[in-house]
Amino acid sequence: MNKDSGFMKALKCRECGREYPLEATHVCEFDFGPLEVAYDYDKIKKTLTKDALSERPQTMWRFRELLPIAGEPTVGTGVGYTPLIKADRLAKWLGIREAWVKNDAVNYPTLSFKDRVVSVALSRARELGFTTVACASTGNLANSVAANAASAGMDSFVFIPADLEKGKILNSLIYGARVVGIRGHYDEVNRLCAEIAGKYGWAFVNVNMRPYYAEGSKSMAFEIAEQLNWKLPQHTVVPMASGSLLTKIHKGYQELIKLGLANDTQPTVHGAQATGCSPISAAFKEGKDFFKPVKPNTIAKSLAIGTPADGFYALKVMKETGGASDDVSDDEIRDAMKALAECEGIFTETAGGVTVGSAKKLIASGKIPAEDSVVLCVTGNGLKTLDAVQGHVGKPDEIKPSLREFEALIESDSKIKTK
Amino acid sequence: MASTIRIPTPLRKLTNDQETIGVESDTVGGAIEELEGKFPGIKERLVDEEGEIRRFVNVYVNEEDIRFLENQDTPLKDGDDVSIIPAIAGG
Repeated sequence: MNKDSGFMKALKCRECGREYPLEATHVCEFDFGPLEVAYDYDKIKKTLTKDALSERPQTMWRFRELLPIAGEPTVGTGVGYTPLIKADRLAKWLGIREAWVKNDAVNYPTLSFKDRVVSVALSRARELGFTTVACASTGNLANSVAANAASAGMDSFVFIPADLEKGKILNSLIYGARVVGIRGHYDEVNRLCAEIAGKYGWAFVNVNMRPYYAEGSKSMAFEIAEQLNWKLPQHTVVPMASGSLLTKIHKGYQELIKLGLANDTQPTVHGAQATGCSPISAAFKEGKDFFKPVKPNTIAKSLAIGTPADGFYALKVMKETGGASDDVSDDEIRDAMKALAECEGIFTETAGGVTVGSAKKLIASGKIPAEDSVVLCVTGNGLKTLDAVQGHVGKPDEIKPSLREFEALIESDSKIKTK
Repeated sequence: MASTIRIPTPLRKLTNDQETIGVESDTVGGAIEELEGKFPGIKERLVDEEGEIRRFVNVYVNEEDIRFLENQDTPLKDGDDVSIIPAIAGG
């Protein structure tokens, strides 16, 4: 093994197993299968122990051995270790005995789970000698690449669908990133970026850096397990866009079992989609192991990927772990966002509404038994998708600075407690 | 009658580093056969044992995914652009 590769062994094709050197490459030359990082678990076992963890800082990098960089992290060193909240009031709304919310709406620094994948991708990009980073994004990834690149002194190009939420566009521009809006949906942005990545020598986090980038998602599973005192959750509900997060959460749990850090009860993983872009959920419901691409039409723009690259693997994970998949309409997404906000004081973006709303459906249909315990992965912050709830959450009352007007307002509403 | 196929990086070893190849065929399936004639071995990279496009290969004609068109029967006309692109992760 190369001494410069840390705990990594090689890149390996998920389809045919062919191995490749640990470079900026993402596709098997033979069958186009995605490349994934292979690790030296015997070596990892020696240093990643519960004793060692007790000494480490509360960031995702405490699981550094299982994240694909050769040296120490240099970008996004403060990312992760977001709260896992016991959500008793939400559990009642969901109709289940116990619910937990993994709250990446407050991930550092850009308020979505994407900071996890980006800190890995950018740390690795630096190791490989890149100075310019780029991404195709539905918004959150763009924000994270822009912010983390800025803090590392790297140049960044982000490519987004031109019709994204205003908040997400401003949230990339502020960091000085070069933002390119593409007149098309995400799948078209993605296709263009694949062609751009072949032409320019940049580290595209979700194209040529994808094998490293995608592994960052596992940290969400590591943290959930540790926060539950190494007892893996019975059920985890994960939002699906490309399906990558779901497969990596599953992989994260499996690695903890393999290393003897977590108990070996097999956790069930469920996938959530917006009905307006539900190729994976639709395939699951039809019992198919392949999906039909769709043209997205949903308020959950961060999940609007009609050709999900990891769709096959997400279907496989749900099937193998006894999980299921469901999807929710735009109105159901807003209702679920409101429920999470009103029950737990957490304002999530539309994707979180997809997770919570789909979980409710999975519980109602018995796919997640009401006597069980569930973890919901909330991946982004509601302040970024204000457009989606504008006009759906009521309006403030407006009065003159007069006590009389206030009393009239109170008297007009019999539900208000005056004591 | 000619359309242009843009060759993705992983396949350029087979096309002697040519980024684009002109083809005369009038369908996507025909164009793949034509490519195979010029660059033996390229077809098995794109098509599986059953003759279907591999699941991690996306083919576009003028920016449209052929799965929204007529798959390998999708017609090609003069000046069409065909892109072959690996599936990519989310964002």
